[in-house]
Amino acid sequence: MRIDMHGTECYAYTGSRPLDAGKPAIVFVHGAANDHSVWALQSRYFAHHGFNVLAVDLPEHGRSGGAALTTVEEIADWIPRVLDATGVAQAAVVGHSLGSLATLACAERHADRVTKVALLGPAVPMLVSDELLAAALADDHVAYELIDGWSYSAAKQLGGNAMPGMWMIGNAMRLMERTRPGVLHADLLACQSYANGLTAAAAVRCPVLAILGARDLMTPAKGAQALLAALADIRTVTLTDTGHAMMAEQPDAVLDALRAFL
Amino acid sequence: MSKPKTHRFDTLSLHAGARPDPATGARATPIYQTASFVFPDSDHAAALFNMERAGHVYSRISNPTVAVLEERVAALEGGVGAIGTASGQAALHLAISTLLGAGSHIVASRSLYGGSHNLLDYTLPRFGIETTFVDPRSIDAWRAAVRPNTRLFFGETLGNPGLDVLDIPNVAQLAHEHGLPLLVDSTFTTPWLMRPFDHGADLVFHSATKFLSGHGVVIGGVLVDSGRFDWDNGAARGKFPTLTEPYRGFHDMVFSEESTTAAFLLRARREGVRDFGACMAPFTAFQILQGIETLPLRMQRHVDNTRKVVAFLAAHPFVSAVGYPELPGHPDHALAKVLLPRGCGAVFSFNLRGTRAQGRKFIESLNLFSHLANVGDAKSLVIHPASTTHFRMSAEDLVKAGITEGTIRLSIGLEDPDDLIEDLSRALYAAGKI
Repeated sequence: MRIDMHGTECYAYTGSRPLDAGKPAIVFVHGAANDHSVWALQSRYFAHHGFNVLAVDLPEHGRSGGAALTTVEEIADWIPRVLDATGVAQAAVVGHSLGSLATLACAERHADRVTKVALLGPAVPMLVSDELLAAALADDHVAYELIDGWSYSAAKQLGGNAMPGMWMIGNAMRLMERTRPGVLHADLLACQSYANGLTAAAAVRCPVLAILGARDLMTPAKGAQALLAALADIRTVTLTDTGHAMMAEQPDAVLDALRAFL
Repeated sequence: MSKPKTHRFDTLSLHAGARPDPATGARATPIYQTASFVFPDSDHAAALFNMERAGHVYSRISNPTVAVLEERVAALEGGVGAIGTASGQAALHLAISTLLGAGSHIVASRSLYGGSHNLLDYTLPRFGIETTFVDPRSIDAWRAAVRPNTRLFFGETLGNPGLDVLDIPNVAQLAHEHGLPLLVDSTFTTPWLMRPFDHGADLVFHSATKFLSGHGVVIGGVLVDSGRFDWDNGAARGKFPTLTEPYRGFHDMVFSEESTTAAFLLRARREGVRDFGACMAPFTAFQILQGIETLPLRMQRHVDNTRKVVAFLAAHPFVSAVGYPELPGHPDHALAKVLLPRGCGAVFSFNLRGTRAQGRKFIESLNLFSHLANVGDAKSLVIHPASTTHFRMSAEDLVKAGITEGTIRLSIGLEDPDDLIEDLSRALYAAGKI
């Protein structure tokens, strides 16, 4: 659905369903250089199983206009504005990678709007390699190649997509290639510069689910341990043989973990 | 961190999409010879039907063996995904029927496989889809043929049978300026010789019966999506409602919203394969996979052998012309050097000096070359296009397509090239004696 954000048009996928005031809501927040479509299976499931779904395209991503938000806090503050614009009082928020940091920050900064949070592929701090940052700054295609190479477990680099006929490595590449110039660098800098993760985690009181990929090279599972220790109400699901692109690599396992939690 | 290792073409030819079978450990991709798949429970079943979970329901829509082939070809082409079909013709039909309806129009190269020409020129008009055929070498002709209702550009990487090299970068650019996708038949080249997506094409299909298989024992096709064409923006906005507007046939799904990169494949599978039903059989997919495992090795040998045969024929006094883009006299020689640096394939035509009877004598005198209607086999093949593959075309259209009464088409196989040359030499001698 198109959402008017004070003159800037943004987009959220709803599973082709109108929002129903009687249903609980879930906001899905994608990661760097991605859009709502990375949640295709999971968001569609919830949209057809009793939830209002808002799988957003962050500003200057996918179908959303505006300028890319340059800090995790800005994204965290943008999420309740989406809720305002769509008439949603509260929502569970599910975020991946950069989106997981924004989700965490949103739960801290807007506790009254967030019922639960799910963090997929989180890490605090979320370090980004100099090589990747430099390539992103130059809008060099190498940046996408690095991300594609690091985002999938070794086995999935050869495919084996649960979605019949889809080559997930190529699909991820094409999605990133649609990113407007400078946006990937802005996203990565937002990840790199977010320094408030542990403080935010300590302040979060709502239930939290963390889903980690045991083979995640982008945000290794060990990078989430301090974050998990700081959260008061946390449960963790670690997916074996899974990399950072867990929604594509293990769509059913991710969905089942979210179903059990949400 | 160091740069991650990404797998190269030859490795993907063997492994992409496949893994040892988790149930049995079988190293080869199993043939899942089953019509349907058991649902764990009702909720899972409903989720599969509604595209909330990934998996297989019914082998007309998808099948695990076919899915391995689809992933492999998508990986080799550099696309986002693929759909296996009952034949190359079914792949072409699936592409067209996914995007176009009655009242729409195609601009196509006039140098097409006869079967494709039949579909576009004789059959699709009955369903309200018209085609304008153009000289593939003339960008001005492509441009002039565009109408307000044009929805697709279509050509072959190497035109049939004259081996016109499709100028994909320029034709694609023109198509995109008009908000149109370029569909390319890449059967003759395979991704080992050229990946059309790297040059701007948007959709590719193969008759997998040919070089992808190499063995000539199956009929199959594969349709691949680059994932690059933006169906809902720029000059394309409003032209492809099948992808950008709610589809009543699937819970009002808007495919371009459902998937940013694979809207075309979603619609093609959820409507085209579902409703038209021209699916690939799992055993067919298995056999094509066996062929693709050796694609790099075979294509190199095909090209090496072809170069030797072309050199022999070009120097033979009973041959008036050889149409192979690697020859300096071919109109697309310079373009071929850019787009096809590994070679121009193993199918080409040449013209005999002499009568139609001498042409018939030549073909009937060959021993190693099999006289049949196919190309891309490991075995060498020969045919007379004017009386077979292109016999429905008018004399005028034949001339436009570069075909004469004396045109002979060869598909060079993997035999010892000296044996092939000796066979050709004997047949040319026999033809020259009458």
